[in-house]
Amino acid sequence: MAIILDHISYIYEKDTPMEHRALDDICLTIPDGQFIGIIGHTGSGKSTLVQHLNGLMEASEGHVYYNGEDIYDKDYDMKKLRSNVGLVFQYPEHQLFEIDVFTDVCFGPKNLGLEKKEVELRAYEALKQVGLPDEYFYQSPFELSGGQKRRVAIAGVMAMKPKVLILDEPTAGLDPKGREEILDMIKRLQKETGLTVILVSHSMDDVAEYVDRIIVMNKGRVMYDDTPKEVFKNYKELEEVGLSAPQVTYIMHALKDKGLNVNTTATTIEEAAEEIWKKLG
Amino acid sequence: MLRDITLGQYYQTESVVHKLDPRVKLGGTLLYIISLFLFENIWGYLVAGLFLALVVKLSKVPFRFMVRGMKTIVFLLLITVVFNLFLTPGEVLISFWKLKITKEGLWIAISMAIRLSMLIIGSSVMTLTTTPNNLTDGMEKMMSPLKVFKVPVHEVAMMMSIALRFIPILLEETDKIMKAQIARGADFESGNLLKRAKALVPLLVPLFISAFRRANDLAMAMEARCYRGGEGRTKMKPLVYKREDKLAYLVIAGYLVVKIAIGIVL
Repeated sequence: MAIILDHISYIYEKDTPMEHRALDDICLTIPDGQFIGIIGHTGSGKSTLVQHLNGLMEASEGHVYYNGEDIYDKDYDMKKLRSNVGLVFQYPEHQLFEIDVFTDVCFGPKNLGLEKKEVELRAYEALKQVGLPDEYFYQSPFELSGGQKRRVAIAGVMAMKPKVLILDEPTAGLDPKGREEILDMIKRLQKETGLTVILVSHSMDDVAEYVDRIIVMNKGRVMYDDTPKEVFKNYKELEEVGLSAPQVTYIMHALKDKGLNVNTTATTIEEAAEEIWKKLG
Repeated sequence: MLRDITLGQYYQTESVVHKLDPRVKLGGTLLYIISLFLFENIWGYLVAGLFLALVVKLSKVPFRFMVRGMKTIVFLLLITVVFNLFLTPGEVLISFWKLKITKEGLWIAISMAIRLSMLIIGSSVMTLTTTPNNLTDGMEKMMSPLKVFKVPVHEVAMMMSIALRFIPILLEETDKIMKAQIARGADFESGNLLKRAKALVPLLVPLFISAFRRANDLAMAMEARCYRGGEGRTKMKPLVYKREDKLAYLVIAGYLVVKIAIGIVL
């Protein structure tokens, strides 16, 4: 029960002067229930990669398997796949279109051909899951604030009850408070429902605190694929490709250089504080 | 998905033709098109064809890009040829069933096909070697005498360049929204006409909203930089004729003289 990418490559504008290899021989296994962060600089291929996971883009080379079945098989049910692997795009609030929030969230489950009662139940559950207060349910989605719109859009995908939830830069354009709220909400969702979550971001600070595993993309290839602690050990190499480790990593390394013998693998502020207290006695 | 649609088909490379003033290319293309329809004889077409081949060669754009433009008019070309071939009265060459091909029809069909193909390739040379922005700049400058008659030349040119600028942006946006809705189980490809039209609502509503939002932002940004129309506005890179441009005009004039002379003599 997993998604397997088998030697995936994707080439844009093939056979023209603008030919460009966006993905280059990617092999990944995404098991159930994991919280994964995909990190990469702009143009590293991370958005292209996630669109392969639910079959929106078809690889130029290689195969994608979902639960052991090749999704490029002719009779493979793509609609089913897309309900199982939910993808929330960047700025998802731009896809809202219905007259009120509730109807908009109903769009996904309705497309699955469910009964009206089930559709509404799912929409209600999803809106509850993303923590949108009841009084907004029958407002126009265009009257909400940026953060609320984004919650509605995420609910729109959650209402399809996916087993894997992919979020492409879910915090882009939000203020620090809105960012934390959305990320906390995603973490809570993942814990409560046992969902597999894939979080795409270019900010290590966003991801470090929440995920079990980090995949670093660079120029269409997987550069690192490991736990946050292991990945951040390579903070110098990360800098070379235009990324950075979380701020905590830098503080810990600076302290060590100044002679305080701390363990530099802390990834969150809490861990770092604990480690420093311990060493200071 | 929508990435395959190309509008504003500029081909980036370094060549003499690319560097020419857009006014030369606009004027030259116009004159060339007129010259195609001036006289009707084989030698004239040969000269026009040679001239076109020379310009294509100089532009360094691969020929297959020129032919790509032809695809859009294949249908039109076919209709023109077929109608002229079968419906022109005159000396009958071949006849079968109710259809007959006449000598005059054959000649008109061939000459229309030649004219249309050269017209398309000729104007493709212009659009392939000139950026849309340059093109509108050239048009603005060329039409500036019309200001005397209160034609809002600058405003029209500005609208054109904004429209051109927005085409790729809106295409990308459409692609994005389409994918987002497909990810939510939307289906744009199956069902009857009514069902398909209905399926477009989740695409069109966000697209319109985003177009308005962008227009609003752009207007705001222009006003913040004190844009107030064309009056007294100067350009960072004003169009000035260089030596090459004058030479190009001479070449075009030379071509016209030869073409007209052949038309009159033969």
